[in-house]
Amino acid sequence: MEGATSTAAKPLAEVRADFPILRRERDGVPIAYLDSAATSQKPESVIAAIDSYYRHSNANVHRGVYGLAQEATDLFEGARERIAAFVGGETATTIFTRNATEAINLVAYAWGGANVGAGDEVVITHMEHHSNIVPWQLLCQRQGAKLRYLGVSDDGQLSLDQLDEVLGSGRVKIVSVAHVSNVLGTINPVGEIVARAKAAGAATLIDGSQAVPQMPVDVDRIGADFYAWTGHKALGPTGIGVLHGRRDTLEAMPPFIGGGDMIASVGFDSSTWNDLPWKFEAGTSPIAEGVGLGAAIDYLAAIGMDNVRAHERELTAYTLERLEEIEGVHAFGPVDPDARGGVVSLELKVIHPHDLAEICDREHVCIRAGHHCAQPLMREMGVPATARASFHVYNNHEDVDRLIAALQTAREVFAL
Amino acid sequence: MDALYRDYILDHYKNPRNFGELNPHDLEALEHNPLCGDELGVHLIVDEGGTITDLRFHGQGCAISQASASIASEELIGMKADDVAALGADWIIDLLGIEISPTRRKCALLSLKAMRGAVTGDASWPE
Repeated sequence: MEGATSTAAKPLAEVRADFPILRRERDGVPIAYLDSAATSQKPESVIAAIDSYYRHSNANVHRGVYGLAQEATDLFEGARERIAAFVGGETATTIFTRNATEAINLVAYAWGGANVGAGDEVVITHMEHHSNIVPWQLLCQRQGAKLRYLGVSDDGQLSLDQLDEVLGSGRVKIVSVAHVSNVLGTINPVGEIVARAKAAGAATLIDGSQAVPQMPVDVDRIGADFYAWTGHKALGPTGIGVLHGRRDTLEAMPPFIGGGDMIASVGFDSSTWNDLPWKFEAGTSPIAEGVGLGAAIDYLAAIGMDNVRAHERELTAYTLERLEEIEGVHAFGPVDPDARGGVVSLELKVIHPHDLAEICDREHVCIRAGHHCAQPLMREMGVPATARASFHVYNNHEDVDRLIAALQTAREVFAL
Repeated sequence: MDALYRDYILDHYKNPRNFGELNPHDLEALEHNPLCGDELGVHLIVDEGGTITDLRFHGQGCAISQASASIASEELIGMKADDVAALGADWIIDLLGIEISPTRRKCALLSLKAMRGAVTGDASWPE
């Protein structure tokens, strides 16, 4: 795929045309959307699937006797089957949540409450998103457990030696790590992390929010007890996340949220639980969102995740290369594009990231500025914030060129 | 010249007045902008007559928040501490002399929020 800028199944120009929002202009200038790590844009097929669901197929799922309810159920559960298969998961162990944050909270409460006790340890890393930090802080506070962090090297990598050292305490109950960092882009060796944790008797959770949207993921092969991700970064709608779990672990766990749909039967004092995955899906499900996410992974599958990954890698490499032209720019994270996903965090001398993003916005280039919900990592990196550009299938060299031009403009505005 | 990043804004950003700490100090406050993780602290010295005789601010932030802190610091020194509570958002935005978009309003007001908070003990302004 060396030098490839387009996907095999569809030429890049055609991919872009599938995203109606990219036709947006301001003063005749088209949008350059470089914030897909925050949320991705949606192709026509996803928007149409949601629209069609509400226009033609809307009914509550699972208990309807009438044909329309069965149709809605088939659409929703059919999406679950395809979503599970898309990442090598099993349908029954693929649980829909509101987002990745809720998926991680589900594990921290339901699994953590039953398996983490006083004096036990929970291990996360300095490169986690707040969603993979705060649920564990709360769990450790509730249980009197200890939260331990793995450090991040200057080039944005975790150390497996440090993992072994931490696991050596013999008290670690769970290791929870991002598959891909939302700030540094680092692709972590999650298979190896899971294997080492397992050998030490610890459970594992992988936060795949930044991985599933942009690279092939096989949750069965990774072998973690839990794998969480979110729909809206993977071209799907907001309001739906996914938690894959191991069947025996999920069966042994108490439920998380109680209510309708998650029960087998309800007595006056107690209830019994529905089968997987519905045991963990209380209340009316995000039905249209599930259908929309199904359409999103169909779209990604048609392009081919190997092609998506090659595209992300190539754009990242191109960006890192072009950034070298700008004096005073420092890009964070691994130098090798093979070791990172489609996100580039940077600083430009004394110019605050907020000001960089503002000047980029004037050129209709959308980048993010801030701590990216990773304040512990910012502290480690010694910066309050970074400016971040991130890519998806619809981005191209021209988007990157416009970013580079805007950064040059920022240098001029600040008289550097 | 740039409409937002005017020469005097950049001058205050690159060469902030009254930047640093004062130890000991009579009043202090520390404010965060949760949007971007920026932090801004102030130290004040107030004499027996209630006049602010010295002020230093510290922390890091964007050009707008730092210039705003620098410009406000020059105004506050010599002012009666009791009068600080009466200063509103328009006061600092007028002093900045640039158009502040809704997305940058928090940046522009962060320093006054900290300075008011140090004097009044009320961190809720401007909400």
